[in-house]
Amino acid sequence: MKKIVLLVFAATVLFACSNDDNTQAVAEADPVTVDFTFTQNWDGAEITNADYQNTTYINANNTHLELSKLVYLISDVTFTAQDGTVYDAGDYNLIDARNGTNINFTPGIEILEGDYNVSFTFGFDDEDNDKAGGYPDLNSSDGSWSVPMPLGGGYHYMRMEGTFMNEIAQTETFQYHTIRANKHTTLPPGPGTLEFTQDTSFVVDLGTITVGNTTSIEVQMNVAEWFKNPNTWDLDINNSVMMPNFELQLDMNENGSNSVFSLGTVSQ
Amino acid sequence: MKMDLTAYLAWEPFHSKKLMKKLGIFSGLLTVLFLTSCKDSDDSVQYVATPAPLEIPAIFEGQILPPVIPEDNPQTVEGIALGKKLFFDTRLSADNTLACASCHMQQEGFSDSRQFSVGITGEQGFRNSMPLQNLAFNYGEKFNWDGSANSLEDQMFEPVVNPIEMANTWPAVETMLQDSNEYPVLFEEAFGTQTIDSTLVTKAMAQFVRTLVSANSRFDQAQLGLIELTPQEQNGLNVFLDESRGDCFHCHGLPANPLWTDNAFHNNGLDSEFDDLGLGNVTGDPREFGLFRSPSLRNLKFTAPYMHDGRFATLDEVIDHYSEGLVFSETIDPLMKAISEGGVQLTDEDKADLKAFLLSLSDDSFINNPDFRE
Repeated sequence: MKKIVLLVFAATVLFACSNDDNTQAVAEADPVTVDFTFTQNWDGAEITNADYQNTTYINANNTHLELSKLVYLISDVTFTAQDGTVYDAGDYNLIDARNGTNINFTPGIEILEGDYNVSFTFGFDDEDNDKAGGYPDLNSSDGSWSVPMPLGGGYHYMRMEGTFMNEIAQTETFQYHTIRANKHTTLPPGPGTLEFTQDTSFVVDLGTITVGNTTSIEVQMNVAEWFKNPNTWDLDINNSVMMPNFELQLDMNENGSNSVFSLGTVSQ
Repeated sequence: MKMDLTAYLAWEPFHSKKLMKKLGIFSGLLTVLFLTSCKDSDDSVQYVATPAPLEIPAIFEGQILPPVIPEDNPQTVEGIALGKKLFFDTRLSADNTLACASCHMQQEGFSDSRQFSVGITGEQGFRNSMPLQNLAFNYGEKFNWDGSANSLEDQMFEPVVNPIEMANTWPAVETMLQDSNEYPVLFEEAFGTQTIDSTLVTKAMAQFVRTLVSANSRFDQAQLGLIELTPQEQNGLNVFLDESRGDCFHCHGLPANPLWTDNAFHNNGLDSEFDDLGLGNVTGDPREFGLFRSPSLRNLKFTAPYMHDGRFATLDEVIDHYSEGLVFSETIDPLMKAISEGGVQLTDEDKADLKAFLLSLSDDSFINNPDFRE
C-alpha cells in the first residue's frame, strides 16, 4: 500500500503542472512561426516617434510637410513553398507607427523550415473587407477603423495625417486616407450614390526568404513613396476628402503598390 | 521518468471495496497535491460576492470589443450596490455637502449643466464635468478630459481629495466609513472584509459607474430595426459621415462603433493659445498641448454645456464652431479642415440636419433608469 501511495504521489506531482513536462525536444522537422517587424522611413531616414510633428519632410512635389499620424492595416501574410503549397494564416495586423503599437507581428501559422516566397496584403482584399459581421476589434480601434456604408463600407487601409505648407506659406492639414475605391454618381456621397467599388488593396511581394527556426523579417515602408511614384502628389490640390474620390484612391494604390514597401533585414 | 496516472488508477487493487476508504484519503491527498504543486496556486480561500456581469446591449454585442473589467475588481451585486451608495453619499466630502452625484447628475447625463462645478468651498473648477456613460468600454483606459487617470478605479481617487472639489482626505473618509453603522457590513458583503480602505472604496464606485451603460437612443432603436429615423435625422447622418462636410466620424465613430467616441485626444481648433494644456499637462509633451479627450456624442440632449471648458452653451454653437470657428494652433489635429476659413462652412440646412441626427443619439431611458438613482 505504501508503494501505491508513493506512486500516486509521484504521478500527481509529475502531472499536476501543465507547463512542466509536456515539452519535447524540437526536432528539425518541427514547424516554426515567423516574426515580422514593420518599420517606416522617409527615403531611408528612419521615422521614429520623435519625428512626428517635429521633423519636416520634403516630398516629391517639393512640399514641406510634417506627419502626425500613420496607422495602417496589413493582412494575409502568405508563405508559398517551393512546391507551390500556400500557407496563409488569414489574420491581420493594425500598425500604429507613431505609437509603435503592433509593429511586431507573428502570423498565427506554423510552417516547416525552408525557402518560401513571402507576401502580404496592404489593407483588406474584398473577401476580408466584406466579412460577415466585420471585426469587433477593428470597429473598436481608432474611433472606428471602419469605413462609412455610403462609401462602400469595409475598413480603412491606411490613415496618414499631418500638416503641410501650402502655396501661400500657410500651414494646412492633410488626410491621406486609403480605402477601397468607391465610385459615385454624384458627390457628396449618400444613400444611393454608390455606383460600384474597386478593390485597391494590393499584394506586397517580399521575394524568397529562407525560414529557419527563429526567423525575423523586417518590412520597410518608405513613406516618401506615397507622394512620389508614379504619381507626384500635389498636396495643395489633394489634401482632403480623398475617401470618396475614386480616381485618387486609384492613384494612391498605384503609388503604394509600386515601391512603398520593401524587404528589410532578415535575421535568423 | 513519467508515469501514466490513468493506468495506475485502473489497476486491479484500486477496484477492491476494502480500499475505498483509503481512496478517500488519497483523493484528499491528491487535492492537496494539486493545490500545492503548482507555483501559481493560491492557498488562501478568497471571498467571492455574487457575480453580476455587465449586460451587453444588443447594439454593442458582436460589434465592439467586450467591456474592460479588471481581474481584481469583477462586477458583483454587492459591490455595485455599495458603489452606488458611495456615489450618492455626501459624507465623502470634507463638510458632508458634496457627493459624486452632485456634479454627475443622472438627469444631466451624469454631467453638470453648470459650465464649471462648484466645490465645497464655493470655488469653481476649470473644466466641465464629464458625462459618465459606457466607461467600461473605454479600451484605452485613459480617463478625464486630460487622460490623467489610467483606470476607472484610479479616476475615483482624485475628486475626493481635490481641494476645489470634495476637499477631503482619504484617511478621513476611511475613518468615517469604518465608524458608520452600515458600511462595514456592506464592505464585508462586497469584498469579504470589514476593514475599509480607499482601494475598496474606489473599486466599489468603479463597479457602479461601469453599470452606467447607455444604448437605447432613437438611433440605436433604428439600427435594431425597431423604428425609422426621420428624413432630417438620416440627412444629418449623411453630413456626419461626409468628409467634405461634417467628417465627424473619424473622432466620434460611426454606426459600426456605437460608442460615438474614439476616447482619444485631439486639439479641435478652439484656441490659438492655451490656458489649459490638457493632455500635454499630464505628459509634458509639447506635441500634446491643448489636446482633450473626445467625449461621446451620446446624450448631448442632456449634457450641455459642451467642450472641456463648457464654453458652448448649445449644440448650435458647437456645430458653428466646426463649421466656421476653427482657429489654428501648433498642435491642431489634421482632421480639422479649411482652418484658414474657419471650417468647412456648412449650410444652414446641413447644420439643422446634423443637429437632429446628433440628438437622435440621446437616450431618455438612461437618465430615467431607476437602477441608477439613489
